[in-house]
Amino acid sequence: MEATQAAPVKYDMDVVRWFTIAAVIYGVVGTLIGVIVAFQLAFPVLNFDSPYLSFGRLRPLHTNAVIFAFGGCTLMATGFYIVQRTGATRLWSNGLAWFTFWGWNLIIVLAVITLPLGLTQGKEYAELIWPIDLLIAVVWLSFGLNHIMTTAIRKTSHIYVSNWFTMGMIVMITYLHVVNSLALPVSLTESFSVFSGVQDAMIQWWWGHNAVGFYLTGGFLGIMYYFVPKQAQRPVYSYRLSVLHFWTLTFGYVWLGAHHLQYTALPDWTGSLGAAVSLAMIIPSWGGAMNGMMTLSGAWDKLRTDYVLRFLATSLAFYAMSTFDGPVMSIKTVNALSHYTDWTVGHVHAGALGWMAMVSFGALYHMVKKLWNTEMYSDSLVNLHFWVALVGTVIYVVALWVSGIMQGLMWRDYDEYGTLTYSFVESVSAMHPYYVMRAVGGALFNLGTVIMLYNVVMTIRQASATRGVNAVPAKA
Amino acid sequence: MSDHDKLYSTKLQDKVERSTLTMFVFTAIAVAIGGIVEIVPLFYLPNTGMAGGDGTFNKTTHKDSKGNVIPMDKIVWNPATSEHKTLEDWQPGDGVRPYKPLELAGRSIYIREGCFLCHSQMIRPFRDEKDRYGHYSIAEESMYDHTYQWGSKRTGPDLARLGGKYSDEWHRRHLRYPREVVPESVMPNYFFLDKAAVDVEQTVKTMQVMTKMPFNPVPKTIYTDAYIAGAKAQIEGKTEMDAVIAYLQSLGNHVKFQEGVNYRD
Repeated sequence: MEATQAAPVKYDMDVVRWFTIAAVIYGVVGTLIGVIVAFQLAFPVLNFDSPYLSFGRLRPLHTNAVIFAFGGCTLMATGFYIVQRTGATRLWSNGLAWFTFWGWNLIIVLAVITLPLGLTQGKEYAELIWPIDLLIAVVWLSFGLNHIMTTAIRKTSHIYVSNWFTMGMIVMITYLHVVNSLALPVSLTESFSVFSGVQDAMIQWWWGHNAVGFYLTGGFLGIMYYFVPKQAQRPVYSYRLSVLHFWTLTFGYVWLGAHHLQYTALPDWTGSLGAAVSLAMIIPSWGGAMNGMMTLSGAWDKLRTDYVLRFLATSLAFYAMSTFDGPVMSIKTVNALSHYTDWTVGHVHAGALGWMAMVSFGALYHMVKKLWNTEMYSDSLVNLHFWVALVGTVIYVVALWVSGIMQGLMWRDYDEYGTLTYSFVESVSAMHPYYVMRAVGGALFNLGTVIMLYNVVMTIRQASATRGVNAVPAKA
Repeated sequence: MSDHDKLYSTKLQDKVERSTLTMFVFTAIAVAIGGIVEIVPLFYLPNTGMAGGDGTFNKTTHKDSKGNVIPMDKIVWNPATSEHKTLEDWQPGDGVRPYKPLELAGRSIYIREGCFLCHSQMIRPFRDEKDRYGHYSIAEESMYDHTYQWGSKRTGPDLARLGGKYSDEWHRRHLRYPREVVPESVMPNYFFLDKAAVDVEQTVKTMQVMTKMPFNPVPKTIYTDAYIAGAKAQIEGKTEMDAVIAYLQSLGNHVKFQEGVNYRD
């Protein structure tokens, strides 16, 4: 659906290069903090008796680093890359894109400073204090405006499917961030949500699940719909399926947050409604996963030689798996067992490591080659990264599935006299081997990101040594 | 017909795909609906713990064993109708009340240290949770919690009804070095709370802000100007450890639950 261009178009790719490098670095940092907090749960001595390094303060730093630093820089790199190439146009404003880059990185630096100091709003995935929240709003809108305006000035007739998903993300994350962050400040560093109790819980999970749905899923589906066809050199399998995928997810995902609050003080109808729509979401999610997978039909042999494509194909398998796991967990009877346990954490990481990070790695490798107009420094290191990441993810997820189900079963177990079989702390000590396993799985995944960083650095050095870095001509 | 004019889907979808503005508007509407349907009713439906700050509440529809609707002030403490008129006189079972100054300071520390990441405060209506933690939680019990502390993960046990279960001294020892009291625990040591004094000014400001909340504010009849002015004296010289313990001891004994009443319909 892209127009054939007579003359090569100059693109604004410098800012994309910087976002790409930032994403690769934050991938290492974010997963490293994850490994630290994972080991803290297995060996509490690793809290080092320091308030600044305690689990309760580092865990938000981990989630913020992987979601907003690694995920955010990946989304902005790919977003600006895709919107230019599919629209055969430069960015609407290159200057604004640089503002976005420095603003977003400033936010990340501020997060690294404030979170270990215990400055937090206490809302999961929205911990950052209110002045940083204001900054996020400004920088996010600068990204959104630039992206949408670049879509508007495109030279092609239709808007490419990736840019639909990115637009959905831009709009929804703006709604979510504004509403969920409404708070009354007490000082420059402390504020309290204007909502409380049931209303706050529902708004928090409306935010929490849609940060997953529109940012970690929608945004990365935009990546998938561009880079899978590009890397496989095949067109998207079904255009109609992608239309269905987009509109059902866009309309449907919003309803899902309530399934995080089954059996709580939230009215029953809200949680049930959330669960019902969650189950319905299997259909478009799997439709989308199939759409990506089938794009490879006729090109399956490439998986043997193309290691970047391996990341992309594997990510789709994990996408399909976690979009099945999730709806199952939203069913009330399953949720009664799974809620509050490690199963939730395992589910999140099946999505975050297996789907989101894998598709990011695939896209980042693809972009590095295009942006610096070179081959990778080492293809076998890409392959090594792939296997280390895959094995790490599987160890991680399996460990927490087992520990989560075990926890749930231990908590509800009764002995023959009708009393609880296990004290709570017995369930804690039963988790120990699985927490060690999880930390090892995470460490492998982190090792993979280090391999990637080394490979990318060497690739760029090599490319810069042979020639100056120029904007890549359009090949769309 | 050139490729540019070819229709690949429906006329509407084709129109949307060609116009950035149309796609933006369609998307902006599509993503708004679910949230509106699920969130807005919680602000006016009964049994969702909404207070106007002037002594008015959205209704309760819980019925006692004789079929009579339980009055709201049996669930949420109302000094106007209760025999106990001030926070100092309030007794467990009088109904949900706002936090006392030291508890409020402790709650801020609880949030600062990320305790909610491992401890939930939301008991579900299951037999094992009743046996382990107590009566299931109801909406009104967290109505003064800006922001809510239900949590999402139980790396440690639920704390919704922790108040009064252990002595202050147990909490002090446990918070300092958890493994001295519970060898299998994986909780970090919080001995440093002993060394820090409660931030008095910040706590007073927090009380003032709580009365100004647009939803579920603490009524000015409870946090009166005189009460806020007297808060300083209550918390001066207290440590952060004292505050956290006061907060933990305040959890979960506010409402007197009646046998055979369904509080979750």
